[in-house]
Amino acid sequence: MQFFYEEGVLTAKLAGEIDHHSAREIRELIDDHSRRKKPYCLRLDFTNVPFMDSSGIGLILGRVRLLQLWRGRVVLCGLSGNLNKMVELSGVSGVAAIERRAG
Amino acid sequence: MKPINKLEIKFPSNSVNEGFARAAVSAFLSQLDPTLGELTDLKTAVSEAVTNAIVHGYKEELGPVYITVKIFEGGKVTVRVRDKGCGIPDIPKAMEPLYTTGGEERAGLGFAVMQSFCDSVRVTSKVGKGVSVTLCKHFESRV
Repeated sequence: MQFFYEEGVLTAKLAGEIDHHSAREIRELIDDHSRRKKPYCLRLDFTNVPFMDSSGIGLILGRVRLLQLWRGRVVLCGLSGNLNKMVELSGVSGVAAIERRAG
Repeated sequence: MKPINKLEIKFPSNSVNEGFARAAVSAFLSQLDPTLGELTDLKTAVSEAVTNAIVHGYKEELGPVYITVKIFEGGKVTVRVRDKGCGIPDIPKAMEPLYTTGGEERAGLGFAVMQSFCDSVRVTSKVGKGVSVTLCKHFESRV
């Protein structure tokens, strides 16, 4: 997983399948970076995530709660296929914005 | 009805096996020449059921998780995920969306995902004896 920080926006480029097993390490890394930078916006980039179960939704909701501590928000991007379906089913779009690529 | 093919696997409830479980089911079903969408839907449901067994069935201890996949004539597939853990005292309650006993990092969506990604989900349980979840999904023939 890679992190990029620019002008208050922290982007976490996630990689690999997200399930209950992998979510723990991902969560720890994101929280560590987020607590240090306190970004007003945390972008979770799912472009390189080929599979995600509902553990991914728990991961997103937990980060929304963390960012709320300093009034930050979470943006999801790079969602495709199965991930879109999961995000729609969960209604997580009510608490995190979804960035769609133009075109 | 007798299945035309069958897979049985058993593994300990280590969370690292979640990925193995859904990959094994997915590999077995490749003989049906499924679409990626159908396969991913079932993989997701399997991942939810196996995670439930690991997180809720056995909690802090380890125990066996059993998966039986059956393929029937016409593309009907059933996947049964079974554990010998603590069981579910109130199944309708456990199946309510957003209900979770798993703490704040769990979304409480496991059964909702299984239900919307499969044709049907059957859950049986005895407290102290374990849980059996049977996922059923029809795969369209592409031949």
